[in-house]
Amino acid sequence: MNTDPRVAEPQAEGWEIGQSLGGFARACRAAGLPVTADRERTFLSACAAVGLQRREAVYWAGRGTLCASPADLEPYDRVFSGWFGGRPMHGVTAPPEQPRVITTQASLDEPGGGAGGEDDGEMVTAVASTQEVLRHRDVAGLTPAERAALRRQFATLRPATPLRRARRHTPSAHGAVDGRATVRTHLRNLGEPSRIRFRRRATRARRVVLLVDVSGSMSAYADSLLRLAHRVVQSAPRTTEVFTVGTRLTHVTRALRERDADRALLAAGETVPDWSGGTRLGQSLAVFLQRWGRRGMARGAVVVVFSDGWEREHPELLGEQMRRLRALAHRVVWVNPHRGKEGYQPVQAGIVACLPHVDDFVAGHSLATFQEVLDTVARATGTDGSAHA
Amino acid sequence: MSAADVLADPASLSAGLASTGYLADEGLATVAWLAHALQRPLLLEGEPGTGKTALAESLASLLDVPLVRLQCYEGIEASQALYDWDFPRQILHLRAVETAAVAGGAARALSGTDLEADLFDERFLLARPVLRALREAPCVLLVDEVDRADDEFEAFLLEVLSTWTVTIPELGTVRAGTPPYVVLTSNRTRELHDALKRRCLYHWIEHPGLERELEIVRTRLPEVDAALAEQVVAVVHRLRDDEGLVKPPGVAETLDWARALHALGASRLDPETAARTLGAAVKYREDAERVRVALDRALTP
Repeated sequence: MNTDPRVAEPQAEGWEIGQSLGGFARACRAAGLPVTADRERTFLSACAAVGLQRREAVYWAGRGTLCASPADLEPYDRVFSGWFGGRPMHGVTAPPEQPRVITTQASLDEPGGGAGGEDDGEMVTAVASTQEVLRHRDVAGLTPAERAALRRQFATLRPATPLRRARRHTPSAHGAVDGRATVRTHLRNLGEPSRIRFRRRATRARRVVLLVDVSGSMSAYADSLLRLAHRVVQSAPRTTEVFTVGTRLTHVTRALRERDADRALLAAGETVPDWSGGTRLGQSLAVFLQRWGRRGMARGAVVVVFSDGWEREHPELLGEQMRRLRALAHRVVWVNPHRGKEGYQPVQAGIVACLPHVDDFVAGHSLATFQEVLDTVARATGTDGSAHA
Repeated sequence: MSAADVLADPASLSAGLASTGYLADEGLATVAWLAHALQRPLLLEGEPGTGKTALAESLASLLDVPLVRLQCYEGIEASQALYDWDFPRQILHLRAVETAAVAGGAARALSGTDLEADLFDERFLLARPVLRALREAPCVLLVDEVDRADDEFEAFLLEVLSTWTVTIPELGTVRAGTPPYVVLTSNRTRELHDALKRRCLYHWIEHPGLERELEIVRTRLPEVDAALAEQVVAVVHRLRDDEGLVKPPGVAETLDWARALHALGASRLDPETAARTLGAAVKYREDAERVRVALDRALTP
């Protein structure tokens, strides 16, 4: 691919730099950049093309070949200044996503999970009916052993993808006359009229966006809700997006694409910097709409918000963001773990501000209600939405 | 300057682009030049209005080659990107041949194979952007908003972009003599597939700095009063820093606004003219209110 004479005749000095370039690419990979072997090769040819005389040229050659998203720019800058010395080249890197803050947050379970000995004994005698009971128990009140048993039951959840009407058509036995296909068959018969073909609009998967509140007041549910999100991502990996909200917004879809649920949750946990922090739902939603939603992710999608709506500050802001979300999305589903409990009244300021802008307000505290949530999402199929999809 | 001179190194490309009115910083110029040197597609991402599409247009006019544009949308299919047959005209042709054969006796009758070759002839082929780009190369192929297309379409593009050939069963294979210069743009409404990204060189375009944006306005709109241009750019930069705006104005909006003010004969930005022309810069009701209040404060002496 590269015909540059500068690499055809390696000079002693250039060869040394060449070695260090390879090392740099690998250092980028170690920093989490998507540097595959072919990317590394492209990087080397790019460096050969721009020449190694100028540090800036190498910087831009590397940025163009080793980075693949705005989130990569910040680590790239860091590795570059570390490897080649000097100050960071690009002072004002402002990637539109959150910088990847890695925290070693491994305990997705509730604290106090150590005393599970005697519960384990009980579980040995578990019969099918306990599973059924477990399905209806509030996940916040489970013992560690019950929690472990429930985890396996997540596999029984059956997410169904909501559909929308596609722009294209598909052959059908009835519907509108498909002129093009009809002519094509006629042509095949050298112009003799034959069967009339019909077509109708095809359907496609509608995007589903899950916003999971992981703030302190939701911490007892966060693990289960992320498992639920994992199931949805696994059933429709290309049309599902998952974010956690709390004090900030974190995109965790990529982590949840991992097939194994436990490993996926661990990966998600490493991405989320604000486990069990405060709630700034309004601001997080604003960030979601600004960076993702308005650009198209929420447009025509089914957006599910998992939250108890305990907004500490500014319920008006939250209400305004929900109004905006509602204007973009095909359907907004609010899942509240307290909704299913006796005596619950949606009176908190945050909830009150949101409810006018919500299509479905449903419970989500047990496995059985999770399935109901999934059913609600699947029902959000609507063919009227194709115009704004 | 010939195309070869312009593409000699990143600096000459940058200078060449500047002569068409597109001011690229060093990063963009380097990556754009590398895309040519390594014959890779160039994937541009960035906020709306930072000049992703404009780069392709400038490249085309700089290299003096056609710009072939493929606008992506949800549900776009290969037949809308590659080629299609003009079925109504084929039928018409068929009928004409038939009539001629009847009128002229058996002498004009065509055999089945000849007729078929006749029907799937070049003249009934509707070339869509990708096929046109392969045929017209050298050219600039702009694949706009590739993130809007479905991922199946992305896979299809990937195939074309790596082989530069398209096979039409009835006609044979079309191969580009020189691969076209490909620019893909994306607004990040969804994550693009890794396989596509790996094929491309990647660049994230940021909003230009104050100085550069002023330069852009001066280059593009030399007729606008210098002081006015300065004021407009300064206000736009302040608006971009304001976190609360639903849609911060891009460079395109800056240019629109300056143009609008100039058209009204304004030589200075004052609250009244600003309010009248604000629609050129901000596109949401909430933003307009917010900006109007801020402007009043900033511009009233």
